[in-house]
Amino acid sequence: MFFSADAFKTSFPKILKGFWIDVKLFVIVEMIVLVLGLLIAMVRTSKNPALFPVRLLAALYCDFFRGVPVILMVYLIGFGLPALDLTGVPTDPVILAGFALSLIYSSYVAEVYRAGIASIHPSQTDAGLATGLTRIQTLRYVVVPQAIRRVRPPLLNDFISLQKDVALVSVLGIAEAFRIAQIETLSTFNYTPLLAAALLYLAVTIPMARILDHITAREQINS
Amino acid sequence: MSSIGAGKPVIEIQGVTKAFGDRQILGGIDLTLREHEAIALIGASGSGKSTLLRCIDLLVEIDDGDIFLDGEVITDPSVDPVSVRRRLGFVFQAFNLFPHMSVIDNVVLGAVRAHGESRKQARERGREVLERFGLGGREDDRPDQLSGGQQQRVALCRALTGRPRALLLDEVTSALDPELVGDVLDAVRDLKEEGMTMIIATHEMSFAREVADEVAFLHEGRILEQGSPEKILKDPERPETQKFLRRLLAAGRI
Repeated sequence: MFFSADAFKTSFPKILKGFWIDVKLFVIVEMIVLVLGLLIAMVRTSKNPALFPVRLLAALYCDFFRGVPVILMVYLIGFGLPALDLTGVPTDPVILAGFALSLIYSSYVAEVYRAGIASIHPSQTDAGLATGLTRIQTLRYVVVPQAIRRVRPPLLNDFISLQKDVALVSVLGIAEAFRIAQIETLSTFNYTPLLAAALLYLAVTIPMARILDHITAREQINS
Repeated sequence: MSSIGAGKPVIEIQGVTKAFGDRQILGGIDLTLREHEAIALIGASGSGKSTLLRCIDLLVEIDDGDIFLDGEVITDPSVDPVSVRRRLGFVFQAFNLFPHMSVIDNVVLGAVRAHGESRKQARERGREVLERFGLGGREDDRPDQLSGGQQQRVALCRALTGRPRALLLDEVTSALDPELVGDVLDAVRDLKEEGMTMIIATHEMSFAREVADEVAFLHEGRILEQGSPEKILKDPERPETQKFLRRLLAAGRI
């Protein structure tokens, strides 16, 4: 029931086509997350008293989106937002799904960045300021580049999680790999299509894991 | 050089106090640094030398008193600290180089980003400064490929490319192996000969003796005694100064 070559052959092209949606979704969401997460982390690590309200907002954002199950959030935004019937709200489930994943993952990634920024010794900030840089410049040229270098492994880890979690958008009826595999399975009562989908996810996540290992190993040599 | 009391004041410190929580670090400091003059701040660890320098560079906010740079008050909340720091150079005890940047990028970051110089021009000047301090050919190295003495000279170059009005040196040889101290000492002596205005917080009595026009002895956040190096190092009046120097002598540091 799992290893039918025929079922594999007939279902694989369809699943592969669906997987393209996963890939697109993943790449776009990851780019949004990397930028949004960094912005949130920079706000959260700022010390300017004037930024307190934004800092509070950023903290609440992280608490909220880290604490809600991904699947629930996908449901809530995928079905809930269009149900509000507001003008200007997109109804394309792929966009809504991407929105939900971006919200969740930018909260994870913000925390990773934040840990990285916090791990840079304050003497680096002193040196940046003493060199005549503004606080923002010190963050931009001195602290953040070092922080990112330090958190590349956990960042890539979240990357891998996201590559798998894109499958959750299938609950919105999006014809991505897992969804198609599911449909194929239901119509043939053979589970091979699921295996085919699994192979596709692995084809992306395993190279990613190896890259992660490589970077981690190199970091250890350098330090 | 008998310039003491002759040049116009560059940095004036008046009644500066600073406490961290319950701990009073600076208990009312008055000090005037004149153009082309070098003052050595000596005193035991925790006497407030570093804090005083950090206050001048506005890395630490003072509680009370005033600090002036070229006659302008810089410790007023209305003053933009960035503009003040751009006029001063600071060298840290632990170098604090930017580890993710090459030597030359360390040196020109401030010139390019803070002073708006073109990258090309800044690099050219940075290279000259590095060459001058014996670091020619090391431009593209990472800081961790250099010895401590070389790293500290890079830090000195970094502080100099901003063309500072005055240089604040915070225990610049304390983190170095004894045999590397000479390098940095020579560099600072050269700067002094060129007329650089400096405050040098130091445990290294050769700095005080060979570079400084004036030595100020700090004890528990106050300047107890101030005068020419010969006077303070050979014939101090205060028992605290005598005790401090005796200890250094016993430790073989003089």
